[in-house]
Amino acid sequence: MFRTAALLLSVLLLGCGTADWSADEPPESLAAYGLFDGDPRQQRPADGVIPYRLSTPLFSDYATKHRFIKLPEGTAASYQPEEVFDFPVGTVIAKTFSYPAADGLQDLVETRILLHGDDGWIGLPYLWNDQQTEATLDVTGGARAVTLAAAAGPLPAGHEIDYRVPNQNQCKGCHRTKDRELLPIGPRAGLLNADFAYEVGERNQLDHWREVGALADGPATSEAPRWAVWNEPQSGTLDQRSRAWLDINCAHCHNPEGPARTSGLDLRYVQTNPTHWGVDKSPVAAGRGSGDRLVDIAPGDPDGSILLYRLESLDPGEMMPELGRSMVHAESVALIREWIETMEQGPTEAAG
Amino acid sequence: MTRPSRLPSRLAAAALLSLSVGFAFALACASNAGGGGVIEVGPDAQKQALRALIEAEPGDVVEFGPGRFEFDTTLSLDVADVTIRGAGLDETIIDFSKQAAGTGGEGLMVTADGFVIEDLSVYNTRADGIKVEGTTGATFRRVFVNWEGEPRTENGAYGLYPVQVTDVLIEDSQVRGCSDAGIYVGQSSNIIVRRNKTLENVAGIEIENSTGADIYDNETWGNTGGILVFSLPELPVKAGSQARVWGNKIYDNNLPNFGLPGAIVSEIPAGSGMIVMATDQTEIYENEFKDNKSSHIAVISFTSTGREYDDPDFEPYAEGIAIFENTFEGGGDAPEGDLALAVAEMVGTPLPNVIYDGVENPDRLVDGEVPAQYRVYFDGNGTIIDADLATALSGGQPNVVTDAAAFAGSLPERPQPIIIGEEGTAATAGGAL
Repeated sequence: MFRTAALLLSVLLLGCGTADWSADEPPESLAAYGLFDGDPRQQRPADGVIPYRLSTPLFSDYATKHRFIKLPEGTAASYQPEEVFDFPVGTVIAKTFSYPAADGLQDLVETRILLHGDDGWIGLPYLWNDQQTEATLDVTGGARAVTLAAAAGPLPAGHEIDYRVPNQNQCKGCHRTKDRELLPIGPRAGLLNADFAYEVGERNQLDHWREVGALADGPATSEAPRWAVWNEPQSGTLDQRSRAWLDINCAHCHNPEGPARTSGLDLRYVQTNPTHWGVDKSPVAAGRGSGDRLVDIAPGDPDGSILLYRLESLDPGEMMPELGRSMVHAESVALIREWIETMEQGPTEAAG
Repeated sequence: MTRPSRLPSRLAAAALLSLSVGFAFALACASNAGGGGVIEVGPDAQKQALRALIEAEPGDVVEFGPGRFEFDTTLSLDVADVTIRGAGLDETIIDFSKQAAGTGGEGLMVTADGFVIEDLSVYNTRADGIKVEGTTGATFRRVFVNWEGEPRTENGAYGLYPVQVTDVLIEDSQVRGCSDAGIYVGQSSNIIVRRNKTLENVAGIEIENSTGADIYDNETWGNTGGILVFSLPELPVKAGSQARVWGNKIYDNNLPNFGLPGAIVSEIPAGSGMIVMATDQTEIYENEFKDNKSSHIAVISFTSTGREYDDPDFEPYAEGIAIFENTFEGGGDAPEGDLALAVAEMVGTPLPNVIYDGVENPDRLVDGEVPAQYRVYFDGNGTIIDADLATALSGGQPNVVTDAAAFAGSLPERPQPIIIGEEGTAATAGGAL
């Protein structure tokens, strides 16, 4: 009965030319979303699918990430100055995790889907098969032994990664608000306000979204927030770059509404109170994650700062973020180390 | 199926087998309220458990069979009114020794209301054992969280760990080996912790920044500190108050502190029976204290830790504390920690049974007196000292008081009994919420 109704609904939806999936009964195969054109290993977006990037991304074991958004035809996202844009029901956000293949294409591991259904967003992990022809839903995620066919970042070809695909509950672990609503994390003005190399050429993403009708409102791009890029020194001060990195890597939990609110540590870019983002702040429930250190950030003393300790740890009981990395991200650790090292006592300057 | 006799025998056997498997599966489903049957030890157990918890419907029981499960990832639950049940605390053991980096640190992470877990053990998690965060209704019943081997700093921080939860019931459970607190209830309200056993943790039981807690009939021994009732600054939920601690056996909590500096409990001196810090409106009565070598009971202000904090809303004083009808035996004979050592300087050893740092909230004073609801009371069962620590630490001559009569009386308004569940009994917690 329900299945018939769902089928009918999806037929109706198909008739409207929008989507052939339903959040109540998500498709088993990623192909149902119609995201890609041609060989999936090229991760080339289909018509109506917008590829995008974040100026500072979450670190995920040096995986390449291909981000896409597909809005229902004739709809647009609504601009928000600080928060994630408001996306209409029917929006699909996709993120493929891959590593460079020997032939110059990509070895696909997983594609994570965020679906905006009638009852809110849901997160779904799709795992690519060995033939790289199809990705299927597995709510339990799982482990993938990845042997790099080519170098990925500083990792050489042949390097082995114990890659972990988060399960569906773990999606919520990062994407959850206090009201247990699931939300996207990345598509915010400050992180999207950057150029993207589209097939037709380089273009600012906010401009492009407006041109294709995907973004309805908001200020001129020059007036929109533009966050410093963590690894581009000319894009902002060391403080701004570090704060941008901490936001996208940590603030999905460490915000006043997020799962790590109980710690009192708020790592959002917009937080202006240094105590709240960790300066001379005592830990609350860090347990042994404190690593023998007394405060989250000890200005001038990176090796006395719990925050750095947890970024450098690989112990599941100590490491941060808890999910999605199985190795230390040396480059961001270097950034945060330099930031804390050069931090003067009691910095009060706001990053944002 | 119309002509089974004509099927080749092997095929027929296979068909029969699949039929009976299907039948068994259907039976298992029927007895398990929509779940996927009892999860048994085996190579697929982890995936089955993950799937059962993800796909559970409200009202389901996710059931584990007996044996030792070895999982390498955190389990999590986000569906309301689900019960996780094992075959018994000694029968069903889920061992998380092999937890991999990037899979989360807890054994079980729960973000769903009306959660019940009972009759199983969680071993060797890399971080916390069972964490419940931001919900209403969490029941832990006959659960054992254990880190095997000697207590080590590398062990997980908390065993049973509800945080920002309303209606917490922890009963008949055990925790051993936590590098922080065995039973740790943080930033929560309406709490019952009863008939549990905590052994060889840094802190046996810790109630922190929580309101309304009945902590009774527990046995806590061999920890660094037995029972802590704390309020800490710089937390979203600030004040802790309204705890009633009675009928507990608190003894031999003399384990050297193996917590890491940085964690507040790492400052707990070995030999601490019970510490009330910065928490208000708390009664401690009819407990048995024995052989806690530093102090059986300490009542202190957060300022006595010497820790700095930046939180204008935090009120660091322990106010409205009543201690009566407890028994004390031995203890106070080998004190550790600044406070106990300072007291030893004043009055020698063994120390008085109750040590009060004497730090009062200056904002409370009315005509130089602390109003009745905010005083520290003691009934003279045992010995007490008001060490006037603030004066002592500032180099002045402390006004030390050891006469129990100075603390006579009781709280005009006593903390209220905790009631969980709509029928007014704690036994309905979780199920009926």
